[in-house]
Amino acid sequence: MRSVFNKTLLEIAKKDKRINMVLADIGYGEIEPFAQAFPDRFINVGVAEQNMTGVACGIAMEGNIAITYSIANFPTLRCLEQIRNDVCYHNVNVKIVIIGGGLAYGALGVSHQSTEDLAIMRALPDMVVVAPADFVEAEAATYAMIEHQGPVYYRCGYKKEPPLHQGRIDFKFGKGLIAKEGKDITLIGTGTITYHAYQAAELLKKQGINARVVSMHTVKPIDKDLIIDCAKNTGGIVTVEEHQITGGLGGAVAEVLSEAGVSIPFKRIGLQDSYVHIVGSHDWLLDKFGFSPENIAKTAKGLIK
Amino acid sequence: MLTKKQICDFEYLAVKIRADAVMMTNLQHSGHVGSSLSMADLLVVLFEKVLNVAPKNPKGPNRDRFILSKGHAAAGLYSIMAEKGFFPKDWLETYYCDNGKLCGHISHHVPGVEFSTGSLGHGLPVTVGMALDGKRKGKKHRVFCLMSDGDCNEGSTWEAIMLAAQHKLDNLVAIVDYNKVQALGFSKDVINLEPFAEKMNLFGWAVKEIDGHNFEQILDSLSIIPFVKGKPSFLIAHTVKGKGISCMENTVASHYKCVADDKLEDAYKELGV
Repeated sequence: MRSVFNKTLLEIAKKDKRINMVLADIGYGEIEPFAQAFPDRFINVGVAEQNMTGVACGIAMEGNIAITYSIANFPTLRCLEQIRNDVCYHNVNVKIVIIGGGLAYGALGVSHQSTEDLAIMRALPDMVVVAPADFVEAEAATYAMIEHQGPVYYRCGYKKEPPLHQGRIDFKFGKGLIAKEGKDITLIGTGTITYHAYQAAELLKKQGINARVVSMHTVKPIDKDLIIDCAKNTGGIVTVEEHQITGGLGGAVAEVLSEAGVSIPFKRIGLQDSYVHIVGSHDWLLDKFGFSPENIAKTAKGLIK
Repeated sequence: MLTKKQICDFEYLAVKIRADAVMMTNLQHSGHVGSSLSMADLLVVLFEKVLNVAPKNPKGPNRDRFILSKGHAAAGLYSIMAEKGFFPKDWLETYYCDNGKLCGHISHHVPGVEFSTGSLGHGLPVTVGMALDGKRKGKKHRVFCLMSDGDCNEGSTWEAIMLAAQHKLDNLVAIVDYNKVQALGFSKDVINLEPFAEKMNLFGWAVKEIDGHNFEQILDSLSIIPFVKGKPSFLIAHTVKGKGISCMENTVASHYKCVADDKLEDAYKELGV
């Protein structure tokens, strides 16, 4: 997905001269085409994420669109106050892109696992929080991010994630996408883990349960109408996020449901308020922490039976 | 060279800034009066002689960019900006007040204020971004950042210092209101910045060191920018925290306090207003 993002950005940047990339010494093998094509709109500030964000803010304040880009927590948590005070409070056109959200960098360890980002970015006023599920969403989200006036946080996948959608999509920030229809229960995912929800729905189908699968690519602003529709027209909701259980997608959905006064079977799948204290690959860790399609299907079935 | 009349006018303005800062911080018994008092003379020269800014057109694309990184000294900056006509003078009396126009740290919601600060170490990175963009686009305006001792403790400031030199941002001027006092003590006892000038030279900046209360020296130092072609400019302005009010001068308390009600009259008398 990161290649899709970089290629799309490069294409947009050929036409839109406002686009600047501001990096903190991360992006090997991906950012070179941009750096070579637009040396005057590219800067590597060195390993200095606070400065990266401040510099990006200064560049954006001069009428540009500045993209900060790094992996995991480096462009978010390391420089959170710059994002809050400089970028969000001034509502400037800085777009924060991370590669490899959730457990994507598996065996690299906790420093490289971005598992609180959705909650923290979601708490910032004026910030849009987006986590595309597959390549087509990633491409569309890149266009949407550039078109949007103001800060955006974009959680980008790390590898060759399988396609969730067949064919074209109508992508808009704040409008979830139904990847599969169903009446018995809804599985809502955000980011690349949504594909596991889709696989879980396939497993459920074999057991006679028709699950709706929603890609909630925009965690903020969240699609309230779609959540309420899922609550009213299906038998329950399970949220799936590669993130701590607190404050992310599941939290956002719960907020919508409770404020709407809707009472339905509801369950959040995510990390259970714990860091990863074991070593393993992305896929292995996903299985260990309950993100396997089998476990998602089991959780969903348990909720409505 | 400044004429006697100019010096007289500058002195009048500096007193006005100090008196306003004393008045404003006393309104709601807020703090940081010492930080406004120390930079008053720098502000006078900047706004009277150096900065190319237009109160009636505060967003003009060719303006010099000026960021106050020591945002807690907002009262002093608001005073001279009101004097220059960026916004009505009666706004000063609403400082820190409920439904007031001016909050305790500098805010971009006020006309002419380039950037909001309040947490230290944010100003210089943003000015580096602005200067970099200006340079790449061949713009003629300059970018100024006024900082404090405490600002120079922040890692983000040093990240920006290194980047500015790396990219030869000679359209950038950092000025340190070097009053030697920070939030919990004297700078030399907390984080000693000395040898400050030498350090900055080694970091690739062109450095000047002046008496930050001497109008001639301030003006001379800023009359030619950059100090050295191809290098960002660093002005170390030696100042006195709380300058002009003897009970505040060179005290850590002046970072937190205002001039108390029972000392106001004496303070204004000392300033000569």
